[in-house]
Amino acid sequence: MSEILRVENLTQQFRLDKSLLDKLHWEKGRITLRERVVKAVNGISFHVERGEAFGLVGESGCGKSTTARTIIGLNRPTSGDILFDGKSTAAMDKGERFALHKQMQMIFQDPYASLNPRMTVMDIVTEPILFHKLAGSRQEAEQRAYALLERVGIRPELASRFPHQFSGGQRQRIGIARALAVNPQFIVADEPVSALDVSIQAQILNLLMDLKEERSLSYLFIAHDLSVVRHLCSRLAVMYLGRIVEMGSREQIFEHPSHPYTQLLLAAAPKLTGSSIAGYEIPEKEMPTVLDLPKGCAFCNRCRYASPQCETELPALREVELGHVSACHLCGKK
Amino acid sequence: MSKILEVENLATYFHTFKGVVKSVDRISFSMEEGEVLGVVGESGGGKSVTGFSIIRLIDPPGEITADYVLFDGENLMEKSEKEMNQIRGDKITMIFQDPMTSLNPVYTIERQIAEVLKLHQPGITKAQCRARGIELLKEVGIPNAEERIKCYPHQFSGGMRQRVVIAIALAGSPKLIIADEPTTALDVTIQAQVLQLMKRLVSEKGCALMLITHDLAVVSEITDRVNVMYCGHIVESAPTRELIEKPLHPYTRGLLASIPGSGAVREDERLEVIPGMVPNMFDLPKGCKFAPRCAACMEVCREREPETITVSPGRQVACHLCGKGEEDA
Ligand SMILES: Nc1ncnc2c1ncn2[C@@H]1O[C@H](COP(=O)(O)OP(=O)(O)OP(=O)(O)O)[C@@H](O)[C@H]1O
Ligand SMILES: Nc1ncnc2c1ncn2[C@@H]1O[C@H](COP(=O)(O)OP(=O)(O)OP(=O)(O)O)[C@@H](O)[C@H]1O
Ligand SMILES: [Mg+2]
Ligand SMILES: [Mg+2]
Repeated sequence: MSEILRVENLTQQFRLDKSLLDKLHWEKGRITLRERVVKAVNGISFHVERGEAFGLVGESGCGKSTTARTIIGLNRPTSGDILFDGKSTAAMDKGERFALHKQMQMIFQDPYASLNPRMTVMDIVTEPILFHKLAGSRQEAEQRAYALLERVGIRPELASRFPHQFSGGQRQRIGIARALAVNPQFIVADEPVSALDVSIQAQILNLLMDLKEERSLSYLFIAHDLSVVRHLCSRLAVMYLGRIVEMGSREQIFEHPSHPYTQLLLAAAPKLTGSSIAGYEIPEKEMPTVLDLPKGCAFCNRCRYASPQCETELPALREVELGHVSACHLCGKK
Repeated sequence: MSKILEVENLATYFHTFKGVVKSVDRISFSMEEGEVLGVVGESGGGKSVTGFSIIRLIDPPGEITADYVLFDGENLMEKSEKEMNQIRGDKITMIFQDPMTSLNPVYTIERQIAEVLKLHQPGITKAQCRARGIELLKEVGIPNAEERIKCYPHQFSGGMRQRVVIAIALAGSPKLIIADEPTTALDVTIQAQVLQLMKRLVSEKGCALMLITHDLAVVSEITDRVNVMYCGHIVESAPTRELIEKPLHPYTRGLLASIPGSGAVREDERLEVIPGMVPNMFDLPKGCKFAPRCAACMEVCREREPETITVSPGRQVACHLCGKGEEDA
């Protein structure tokens, strides 16, 4: 297998105080200059194999969407690099970037917000085809759009309707058709089923699995629902406050979670067996914020195993077994 | 045990200009004192409207009818609006998905708790309110309650805010709490805490809890019994473990099977799905509302609505397939 995407030491920060005045603070009787910076993503590295679905999980605010948006080119990385097909995107010129957009497409969580309400479904799906000049004529583009809509389960006679005339699941299908319109190799799916009812969620997950096989697609699949990621992704990374704390194969993460945070996530997820959360002691402490990250391990205030070292020293990702890494000082010691 | 709630033939119809929406259509169920009842089903099934109808918080064009809604032996359908106001927030309280719908952003937590306390104990002093408020915050696990009671809602995280809402829900003397998707907006670790907290509090106080959610796993974790709703009907009602392990209604089976990791379907394989989608509420099928999506649909299902039958004590199902000696299929 070869790599389709590699993310190297990616950092994404947002400055909240844009003007100098915002940066001035009155502190202990004097004016100080301090800038608030949201450290959304803090030096993460991972890769996605060709034909693989790679999962990214973690709780709200841990930087999953930011990572996705930076990869797809909606943010400029603060530092680090993204390599697509072995080529650094940082070094790409405008033409190469344009070509890259054809290879890489995104599916969003909110099918309501991501479709233009004033465009018909047909226009939504033909727009990228025409934009990337993938069809010789409007008619040819429409032919392709009909085929795509049919493939994702939208009846062709509905193509002249507007997004609000569809259900959430149907809108997500339209979003998928739009993403596929340019024949991409790589799809970034940011919580594509989180807003859907479970029966509709299963339909969309099946569609995504079918398409992956038919078109040899690779996915970066973001979700907070662990069971969905477990079903779809052969490898995954767990994020906490902008960092990857554990990464490995599906079996490694779900059967032998190494990081205390991963263990907590797995235990806290409600299960049909009804035996998960009742007996588990969940730390009461709250997560630190991305505005004020602690010096050491960001999880240490909620960690039942925390030692003084964890407070002062940031743990690096270390290999627990082949292909399985975890960022915990205690790895291998517990 | 005695019944805290008995609902008979409750129907809530919205008479809109486009037609009548039968959001809740002649449902009957009951709750024991101290019981945790889950109400599950997909979006639009009528779960929230059921909750609101019990406390009669339905505005026109909505119309509630029922043979009776007996709460603690009294028929809520016969209460005046003034009497209902006394009951709401005191004997029956509600918790919503978004804590900010229950909290006033411009008042401190202390003031909001005090308001509920004063409503139901008119003579209470300020000092007593504060003491009781601190006690309640401690009860729901808010650290440093003496200080935190002076804060405003925005100074709390989402999970802590939901705890504050629970504290306020407990400020009266509730015998029934109706919680509508109380943890849906929370992260899983916070959700687990809030679920644990609710489970503990209801069992300590002997108060009944109606937990409305679309998440069967959540239901599994903390409920004693479950009503499954589809298009305004309760299609199945059963003790939780029985429902999860031996679902009878094809809709319940379909719901469970669509959850990744729930059954025989292995990773990377296609999930079992319920085909199609929920019908248009203005144009519901004539017979069983689930018939158009049901793999086991028979002639009769399209013609006639199935009656609710009791299959075993505490187990009801509304399906033409069940009952006539249909064993563990
Ligand atoms: N443009 C921005 N400006 C400032 N802060 C931002 C911006 N985008 C994201 N953030 C912050 O970065 C952090 C990470 O956000 P992100 O949306 O990536 O999280 P997430 O893991 O996708 O969470 P969720 O599960 O809620 O979608 C959050 O604290 C968020 O508020
Ligand atoms: N004020 C109203 N006017 C008209 N129809 C309404 C009104 N309130 C609710 N409905 C309809 O009643 C039906 C049941 O709604 P309800 O909110 O109870 O569903 P639910 O099961 O709680 O769904 P969800 O999981 O999305 O919260 C829906 O079809 C809804 O559109
Ligand atoms: Mg996100
Ligand atoms: Mg609802």
